[in-house]
Amino acid sequence: MEALLETRGLKAFYGPIQVLHGLDIAVQEGGITALLGANGAGKTTTLRALCAMVRREGAINYGGAAMNARQTEDVVRLGIAHVPDGRGTFVDLTVEENLRLGAYTRSDREAVKQDFARVYGYFPRLEERRQQQAGTLSGGEQQMLAISRALMLRPKLLLLDEPSFGLAPIIIKDIFRILRAINREDRVSMLIVEQNANLALDLADHAYLIETGRVAISGPAAAIKSDDSVRRSYLGY
Amino acid sequence: MSALLHQIFSGLAMGGIYAILALALVMIYQATHLVNFAQGEMAMFSTYVAWEMIDSGMPYWAAFALTIVLSFIGGMLIERIVIRPFAHAPVLTIVIVFIGLLLIFNSVAGWRYSYTIKTFDSPFPDKRWFGNTLMSSHESGAILVTFAVLALVYAFFRFTPLGLAMRAAAQNPASSRLVGIRVGWMLAIGWGLAAAIGAVAGMMAAPIVYLDPNMMLGILLYAFAGAVLGGIDNPWGAAIGGFTVGVLENIAGAYVVGPEIKLSVALVIIVGVLVVRPSGLFGRTLVTRV
Repeated sequence: MEALLETRGLKAFYGPIQVLHGLDIAVQEGGITALLGANGAGKTTTLRALCAMVRREGAINYGGAAMNARQTEDVVRLGIAHVPDGRGTFVDLTVEENLRLGAYTRSDREAVKQDFARVYGYFPRLEERRQQQAGTLSGGEQQMLAISRALMLRPKLLLLDEPSFGLAPIIIKDIFRILRAINREDRVSMLIVEQNANLALDLADHAYLIETGRVAISGPAAAIKSDDSVRRSYLGY
Repeated sequence: MSALLHQIFSGLAMGGIYAILALALVMIYQATHLVNFAQGEMAMFSTYVAWEMIDSGMPYWAAFALTIVLSFIGGMLIERIVIRPFAHAPVLTIVIVFIGLLLIFNSVAGWRYSYTIKTFDSPFPDKRWFGNTLMSSHESGAILVTFAVLALVYAFFRFTPLGLAMRAAAQNPASSRLVGIRVGWMLAIGWGLAAAIGAVAGMMAAPIVYLDPNMMLGILLYAFAGAVLGGIDNPWGAAIGGFTVGVLENIAGAYVVGPEIKLSVALVIIVGVLVVRPSGLFGRTLVTRV
């Protein structure tokens, strides 16, 4: 397998404060990679750095080419969709308009129409509410909307920031089942940030444990999951 | 009775002009949460440009269209060159920039076109429409133009991908960038549209208030009153507010305070609305779940 996304010595800064101190991570083509770690370890910042939302240094390779110079608006044009922290809903727009924005950079109208049908197939609740203002949706529905908006790009790589955050267990289960289906059926690679390590390790094939902006441990998800000492010292269960 | 009706109807014509200018104010307000005090002077300058073209022999509607295009480009350039460098500046700095723009447009117009009042012909034939005795033909025409502008702006924001992208960029710039919208350009286009819409207001107002560098000062004040009355974050509220202010102004001018101090009606409306209902009649009170 070849790495779709790879960082070398990735550093990121909020103003004068350095949050990432040289991060080396990779996402395999067709794979799911999980970023785990405590609050403030730099997981969300890693996703933001990939999308040029924070000041950053270091090398980022995507599909075999450097993408360091890409602005946020252009990262999406490489087929990278970001489901941001806090879901990034356009609260005053309707559900349908939110989805249409996900396909903003695409010009293949027919395929976009098919993708509407596809995401409504995954999340029928969104179709029922498609004329409703997105801000009036429940938290779970907004998370479904955020994932759907990202899928409307027909991405090659999906960056997911805490898709389970604040949701009821039954909805989390549903969303993770659909994420797995998207990965298998559409070959969408994923980089997923999660607080809920158990959940993420079940979904992912590879995982990185991040501690204060550096990779502490990395390896196949199954191995990390079964390593008792890792589990106790880093994952806390 | 017919005198009152006459006041109401000609108030509607002026109100339409306030409505258009209010729409221009709202367009920039929604994206930046700032009121562009120079909007009126930009419209005045556009009107002079139209006057110059008509004066040189160009047919009215050609000059009208060309002025709108030039104003659009001018508005975009102002955003890119003058406003962009202050994108992260404190509000007060930007207000000063707006006032600076206002003064620059006012004095450049005075210097280039002189402060002498000029007449600006109406494009509408001087015949009362459908036996309408309550409004002059220009007043009827101005109302029609107002409705055309409102309909076009509505259709643009509601049905085109660019309109949707502009609404998205105004309300959530971070998410907009993530879906690939070039937020900076959306702002520039917003300024261009506001300038183009303002130019229509100026060209419709000039046959009524005559052309001079200070012609838009009062109109901007009324437009602002209309925007505040209707809700400055709501384009349709602002348009309705503009019409309402136009009628109130005319009635107050004729029957209540007299024409000399009727401009203070605008101020009374602004202060009154801000005290009683700060979000305006149709504005949204922001409620956020925390």
